[in-house]
Amino acid sequence: MKRTSSKAEYWIVGALAVVGLIVLPSLNAFLPTTHPLHVTSFAMSVYGKYLCYAVLALGVNLLWGYTGLLSLGQGLFFSLGGYALGMHLMLKIGKLGQYKSDLPDFMVFLEFEKRFPDSGGLPPHWIPFKHFAFAAIMILVIPGFVAFVFGWLAFRSRIKGVYFSILSQALTYAATLMFFRNDFTFGGNNGLTDFKFILGYDINAPATKRVLFMASCLLLLAVYTLCRWLTSTRFGLIQRAIRDSENRVLFSGYATAHFKLLVFVLSAMICGLGGALFVPQVGIINPSEMAPDKSLEAVVWCAVGGRASLIGPIIGAIGVNALKSYATHAFAEQWPYFLGVLFIVVTLFLPEGVIGIPQKLRGWRRRLQGTLPSDPAAPTATPGSESTPKPAQSPTH
Amino acid sequence: MLSLEGVTKTFDGFKAINDLSFYVDEGELRVIIGPNGAGKSTMLDLITGRTRPDIGKIEFHGNTDLTALNEYQINRIGIGRKFQTPSVYTNHTVFENILLSLEGSRSVWHALFSRLSSTEQDRIQVVLETVGLNDKGAEKAGSLSHGQKQWLEIGMLLAQNPKLLLVDEPAAGMTDEETRKTGELLMSLAGKHTIVVIEHDMVFVRQIARTVTVLHQGGLLCEGTVDEVQSDDRVLEVYLGRKKREKS
Repeated sequence: MKRTSSKAEYWIVGALAVVGLIVLPSLNAFLPTTHPLHVTSFAMSVYGKYLCYAVLALGVNLLWGYTGLLSLGQGLFFSLGGYALGMHLMLKIGKLGQYKSDLPDFMVFLEFEKRFPDSGGLPPHWIPFKHFAFAAIMILVIPGFVAFVFGWLAFRSRIKGVYFSILSQALTYAATLMFFRNDFTFGGNNGLTDFKFILGYDINAPATKRVLFMASCLLLLAVYTLCRWLTSTRFGLIQRAIRDSENRVLFSGYATAHFKLLVFVLSAMICGLGGALFVPQVGIINPSEMAPDKSLEAVVWCAVGGRASLIGPIIGAIGVNALKSYATHAFAEQWPYFLGVLFIVVTLFLPEGVIGIPQKLRGWRRRLQGTLPSDPAAPTATPGSESTPKPAQSPTH
Repeated sequence: MLSLEGVTKTFDGFKAINDLSFYVDEGELRVIIGPNGAGKSTMLDLITGRTRPDIGKIEFHGNTDLTALNEYQINRIGIGRKFQTPSVYTNHTVFENILLSLEGSRSVWHALFSRLSSTEQDRIQVVLETVGLNDKGAEKAGSLSHGQKQWLEIGMLLAQNPKLLLVDEPAAGMTDEETRKTGELLMSLAGKHTIVVIEHDMVFVRQIARTVTVLHQGGLLCEGTVDEVQSDDRVLEVYLGRKKREKS
């Protein structure tokens, strides 16, 4: 959808880049901690977390807003990316853990030395994760592969609409249960935590946190650019055509399943990247991150921000999470209700999300001014008005 | 060119198509009529691969077995379909609607890396002129009138340059003037393409039809010119007769 606000969008993205890559890191690095404008390292990590969530939101929206596939399980791919890097970070703790062993703590605790005696207690599939490069590749490959298999099965069987949503939620729920198990070798319900080093740097050092924050910002910009490019190609047109009228696309000679599969895999990889940068900044990854409610939250960010655009989900993810950080301090108990009400209000009154507000205001102002000037000149401003004078015989198809 | 032989399709015990045999020649403009539930749309579903026959053969160009192909493969060998309710991409511009329908590669790779060429642009313009939407290219398809959407979908079919056009109720929801124009459009396309039209509106049928096929309860009732069909006793009984009685 080419919208008139695309100029405003570039300003927002530009501002995000300047603030994220220059202003905030500088305030963190160069101002003394006593200065009122100093940004603490803790805040850096919190903001970095928001940016990773924004990446997740872009992944969700590439599916939902642009292809009409409402996946309620993108948190799974986010977590898989997180686990992939988390495994590497676990193996870099060295002897600094509680048990002073080369093995990650939970492996000592669960007596993996008896279970995997050939590899000194380390499960064989963990071994290659000693190498950062391998982990980095797996951040993309594992979510992509899982999405490929699930998507191939789902799209080949023509699972659509709400059925797809339910299945995707079931998938992430099943994965949550699996990861909760201690014998699944991923740390059970504690997950992976107590990281010490990333690429040889102290993971808790202010400089490392700063760099991770900037990397999150760069990732977000890169993913935004990728999505911007993708949606501007003919592929993007077909994506939206599938969203609006899949049958027409199918009967025009396109193998829609292939298109949907590519979008699904791409989205999973994007989510995986977001998760991978999330983990070192938050310091933990556990199965609760792939629980269905996390994926639902990501959908809410998109709806609140505005899913008909690329900038909407970014605004939604950062905005809602900032609100959440504040609200869970101020009134922790009521937060879920608050989120629910927010979702309902947006769905009812702001179907285009926060980014639709300027257009809404313009519409109201025009109405307040009484007569509707330039009415036929703005046909694009009436999206829902499909004039159907006489309905055709019967909607059989 | 298109042949259905002994085709039967049952939905939950209901025989939507019952031992139907039907043939269309190259370049023909064929109209299919029949009361509601006669199996007209189901027949199109069977030809375009949306459903599969329980028994029977459906062949295209004498040797291509359509029952072994799926929807997009059938489209790619040259069978285009217009749906009963206009089915266009409402959030895309009219131009983009035609662009996505243009004959050419349908691969994911092509969709990612191809750019709009000037030949494509010219062809889109030609199609838009044919269906009378040449000044609407930049408008959203959703803002078109119902009749214009019908034309746009016919345009999308033409852009695919199919050998066989299957057109389901093109005049539904149109004004008389629009209906007449649609008839002229379809007649001008016959010869270059083979066209099968499903229609209810007898005035429209009279305008365009050379040969009419009457379906009834999933089977073929009779075939002939409009006059022959309209004077056929069986047709009068099951379709026109009942309709006349209802009207009067």
